[in-house]
Amino acid sequence: MMDKFKIVIENLNLQFGNQPILKNICASIPENKITVIMGPSGCGKTTLMKSLNRLTDLNPDAKVTGSIFIDGQDILHTSENITLIRKKMGLLAQRPYPLPMNIYNNIAYGLRISGRRKKRYLDKRVEHYLRQVSLWDEVKDRLKEPAGRLSIGQQQRLCLARGLAVGPDIILADEPTSALDPISSQAIEGKFNELKKNYTIVLVTHILRQAKRLADHVIFMYMGEVVEQGPASEIFGNPRQEMTKSYLNGIFY
Amino acid sequence: MIQKKEFEEKFFRVLMFFSTLIIAAALIFIIFSVLYKGLPSISWEMLTQVPEGGFYFGREGGILNAIVGSLYLSTGATVMSFLVGLPLALYMNVHLVRYGKLVNTIRFILDLLWGVPSIVYGAFGFAVMTYFGIRVSLLAGTITVTLFVIPIMVRAMDEILKSVPVGLLESSLSLGSTRAETAYKVFFRQCLPGLSTAVLLSFGRAIGDAASILFTAGFTDYIPTSPDQPVATLPLSIFFQLSSPIPQVQERAYASAVVLVIIILVTSILSRMFSHRYQKNKINF
Repeated sequence: MMDKFKIVIENLNLQFGNQPILKNICASIPENKITVIMGPSGCGKTTLMKSLNRLTDLNPDAKVTGSIFIDGQDILHTSENITLIRKKMGLLAQRPYPLPMNIYNNIAYGLRISGRRKKRYLDKRVEHYLRQVSLWDEVKDRLKEPAGRLSIGQQQRLCLARGLAVGPDIILADEPTSALDPISSQAIEGKFNELKKNYTIVLVTHILRQAKRLADHVIFMYMGEVVEQGPASEIFGNPRQEMTKSYLNGIFY
Repeated sequence: MIQKKEFEEKFFRVLMFFSTLIIAAALIFIIFSVLYKGLPSISWEMLTQVPEGGFYFGREGGILNAIVGSLYLSTGATVMSFLVGLPLALYMNVHLVRYGKLVNTIRFILDLLWGVPSIVYGAFGFAVMTYFGIRVSLLAGTITVTLFVIPIMVRAMDEILKSVPVGLLESSLSLGSTRAETAYKVFFRQCLPGLSTAVLLSFGRAIGDAASILFTAGFTDYIPTSPDQPVATLPLSIFFQLSSPIPQVQERAYASAVVLVIIILVTSILSRMFSHRYQKNKINF
């Protein structure tokens, strides 16, 4: 079966000052699947993910060359407004960063800045997205409470819902369970499995078991380079590169 | 070894205790001595009247000109500093967050400006005024105090905004916010308690300073009715009354000091109350 690729990265190079972080990355990310980017700490996983929604723009020392095609459009060389590109991708960070406002407004914020202000519309959307992350029943009576009062696990689901509310078709998740307890982590992983029907999910993780549980497609990185990529069954079942093999077996140097 | 550590522990505990004691004692001593000397000569008349002829020789009148003048001047300076300072502080921490060198240079310049004595601001303001042929006035004084307060306010805001994690900025941008929206809708809200404290701290500095307004705001026995008139201020009023050889007038100087201290205490307490009120939505990262 041929996968349709949502994101295609071609010859992506990124350096901070003179230090190369990403070296000649070529990778493809299939649509409506979970693609796991894995590799040891400091290999450039997070930087690769952040270059997908151009958060690397924040750094004046970052020099980026190459192309990242999303739905055929090269987002590194486009006249399209950066905020519109970013809205296509929801971000889930290593720990939850709820907005300093109440639970309701955390979801409504993204809608409001896109110009949706009618209260009835917002009410409906807020409920819809809170239900989608199974948070509605827990918070429906306390929507006016500050988001900071939720547990960390609930906050991360709120951040997921908030990201979904702006209508992306890609979810970028950077070790999204690293700050969570096992049960909250399971909840997030479960959501990913549901969401991949409609969303392309890019997950950065260094937890091998999590990668094995979730991945449909794997990109294995080492020292800023892509060592091996392909369907999860191939990478986990029959890795071609020695380095991948030793990483999967836990012998790594 | 362990005895040495125990001794160290004890030594530093005693040291800290005495440092705390000295500070607390100094504060209490200052406030009580001002109150002790000033309270007896505070009267309703003094708070509600402007000086009559011969006030500085012990005649009738009050310091309403200085109270109102100080409030005009410091409120004006605080508002103007806020209008310039908040955008700068947000710009440093939202737009320039990864421009380490540039931001540190700005911080260094602001710290230098913070360290410049206020009399130098006064002299600078005076030089500019003479160049343009402007007389001492409420407006000239307000602008000079604004220049003096901006570095204080910006650095106080900056210290608060600096503590916002980059992750919150990235999250906000990922939702499709522009940087301006991130600055004014996310950073501003997250830091509201601290920012309100910064504003009131600046107000306190503005109202307490005498040197920067000496040559720029002048002094008058009347309440100014337009910005091009000179204005009286509490610190200068205290200075003039205290320089008088007449004991009765000197006592009034202490009474004026009581008024100044009370205004500053009230703003500090208000700033605490505001911080608590806006603390609600702040996320503790």
